[in-house]
Amino acid sequence: MNIKENIKTLVIKKPLKLDCGKTINNFPLAYETYGSLNKNKDNAILVFHALTGDQFVTGINPVTKKDGWWSYAVGPNKSIDTNKYFVICANVIGGCMGSFGPSHKNPDTNKIYGTDFPVITINDMVNAQVNLLDHFEIKKLFSVVGGSMGGMQVLQFISNYPDKASTVVPIACTSSHSAQNIAFNELGRQAIASDHNWSDGKYLSNNTLPDKGLSVARMAAHITYLSKKGLQEKFGRKLQERDALKFGFDADFQIESYLRYQGSVFVDRFDANSYLYITRAMDYFDLVKQFDGNLSNAFKKTKAKFFIISFTSDWLYPTQENKDIVIALNAIGADVGFVEIKSDKGHDSFLLDVPDFLKTLKNFLDKSYLER
Amino acid sequence: MVKTEYKIIVDLIEEKTRVLDVGCDDGALMESLKKNKSVDVRGIEISKDKVQTCVSKGLTVIEGNAELDLKQFPNDSFDYVVLGQTLQAFVNPEIVIKELLRVGKKAIITIPNFGHWKVRLNLLIKGTMPITESLPNDWYNTPNIHMCTIKDFVKFSKIINFKIFKSLALTNKNISNINNSNLFYKNLFAELGIFLIEK
Repeated sequence: MNIKENIKTLVIKKPLKLDCGKTINNFPLAYETYGSLNKNKDNAILVFHALTGDQFVTGINPVTKKDGWWSYAVGPNKSIDTNKYFVICANVIGGCMGSFGPSHKNPDTNKIYGTDFPVITINDMVNAQVNLLDHFEIKKLFSVVGGSMGGMQVLQFISNYPDKASTVVPIACTSSHSAQNIAFNELGRQAIASDHNWSDGKYLSNNTLPDKGLSVARMAAHITYLSKKGLQEKFGRKLQERDALKFGFDADFQIESYLRYQGSVFVDRFDANSYLYITRAMDYFDLVKQFDGNLSNAFKKTKAKFFIISFTSDWLYPTQENKDIVIALNAIGADVGFVEIKSDKGHDSFLLDVPDFLKTLKNFLDKSYLER
Repeated sequence: MVKTEYKIIVDLIEEKTRVLDVGCDDGALMESLKKNKSVDVRGIEISKDKVQTCVSKGLTVIEGNAELDLKQFPNDSFDYVVLGQTLQAFVNPEIVIKELLRVGKKAIITIPNFGHWKVRLNLLIKGTMPITESLPNDWYNTPNIHMCTIKDFVKFSKIINFKIFKSLALTNKNISNINNSNLFYKNLFAELGIFLIEK
C-alpha cells in the first residue's frame, strides 16, 4: 500500500491516555478537508467514518482511485454541502490510511506493531480527533455526523465534549454493541486469524498477507450490511455467466461471485490487523455502561440539537437501537428529532443513493445552520 | 376549519412555554406556535413523509405513535400537550388522555363533533354511516374508530376524572364558549370542540 503521498497528517504531540491504560504521543492522525472554513469558524462539520471507511469522504479517493465512501451525501449542493460547510474527516487511530495503526513501526523496537499495537476504543478515537479542532482553531463545530461506527463516535464525541458541537447526527448506529454485533465481528476476526499467512499478526514483517482471511471477513460482514429483500431482488438465484448449475464449488450463483469480488477488492485497500483493532473497538463500545446504566447521563451536559436517523431494513443496527438513544434524550428534555427512513438497502442505506435520507439530512443541517 | 382551529390553540397557549404537539402532521401548528408565542415546541408524527416535511421546516419532530411513544417522556415535561382531531383514532382514548396529562401539565384536545346536525341527519335519512367534509371516509376504511360528540367528551371527563378548564365550540369559523346551559345547542351546531384540560 503506497499511501504516503496525498495524505495530510497532523502529528499529535499531546499525550493521549488510552482506555487500555497505555499512553501514546507524537502519533500521526491522517485527515482530509472539503470546502472552506468561514471567518467566524462556525461552519465546520466533523464527519466520522465507519469500520472500513477513511478520511477520503467524497471525490476520488487518491489512494484507491475510487469514489469516496460518502460521495452521495457529501459535496457541492449535496446533503452535507461543501459550498456551505467545511467538512473535516480523519482516519481513525487503529486504521490503515495514514493514522497511527498496527501497520506502523514501533519507534522503540523499530518493528512493525502488528498485534503489539495497543487495543483502542471508540473513546480513544474521538479523543485523538478532537485535536483537529485546535489545529483549525475551531471552538465549536456546527455539526458532528456519522453512520454506523461513525455514529458511535458522534455519540461518544458529544458525551466527551458537550460544548463542542451545535448539532449532532448519529445515523444507523447504537449506543451499545449487541451480542449479535459482537458475534459477526468475531466471525470476521476468526476468519483473519485462521489464515496461515496472518502469522499472529506479524505478516508485514514476513511479507505475506492474510488476504484469504480478510476477504472472508469482508464477505461475511458485507451480508450484514444488506437486507434479505435487497439481496433477493438484486441476485435472487441468478446464475453467474452460465446457463446451468455446474455441480461443483465454483461461483455458480451471482451472489457468490459478487461476494467474492467484494472480498477481493477489499484486501487491496485494507489492513487485516486494522480490521481486528477496529472491530474490537466497536465491540467494546458501550455508552450505557460508561454512564452506569443510564444513557441519558451521557448527554446531560450538552445543549446540542440531535437528529437521529435509522433505516427500516437495517437489521445490524435496527431502528429500536437507534430509538433507545431518542428515548434517553427525551428523558432529559433534550432537543431531539428522529426519523426512520424507508429503504430496502439494509444497513448500507446511509452510504447509498436513498433520496429520502439524503434530502432529510440536508434539510436538517441547512435549517439548523440558518437558525444557529 | 383547520386554520381557525390552530389560531384558537395558539391563543390558548402562553408565551415561552414548552409544548408537545402529538400527531403534528405537516408542522403547521408548530410553526405558528414558534412564530407567535416563541414556545419551545416538539412534535410526534406517525407518517414518515410528514416527519420529513417537518424537518424541512426546521421543526423538531420524532417519528412515533402516541400510544407507544409518549411513555418515554417524563412526568410534566411539557406545559401543554396538544392532540388535534386524533383522539377518536386511538384504540384506547382513556390511556391516551391519561398519558397526555402525565406528560403535560395541561392538554389541549380537539374533537370533530359527531353530534353535529349534518352527521345526525345523514344517519337519520340515509341510514348509512355519515360521510361529511370533516369525516370523508367510509365506515370500513376510516381511521376514526372511536368517534364521539362534544357531550360525550364532557361526560367522559367525569368518568375518567379530568378537569375541563376551558371548552370552546367552533361553528362556521365562529368561536364560542360551551357551558352547561348551551351544551345541547353547541353539540348540535358545532363542527369542532376544543378543550383545555387538566388532571
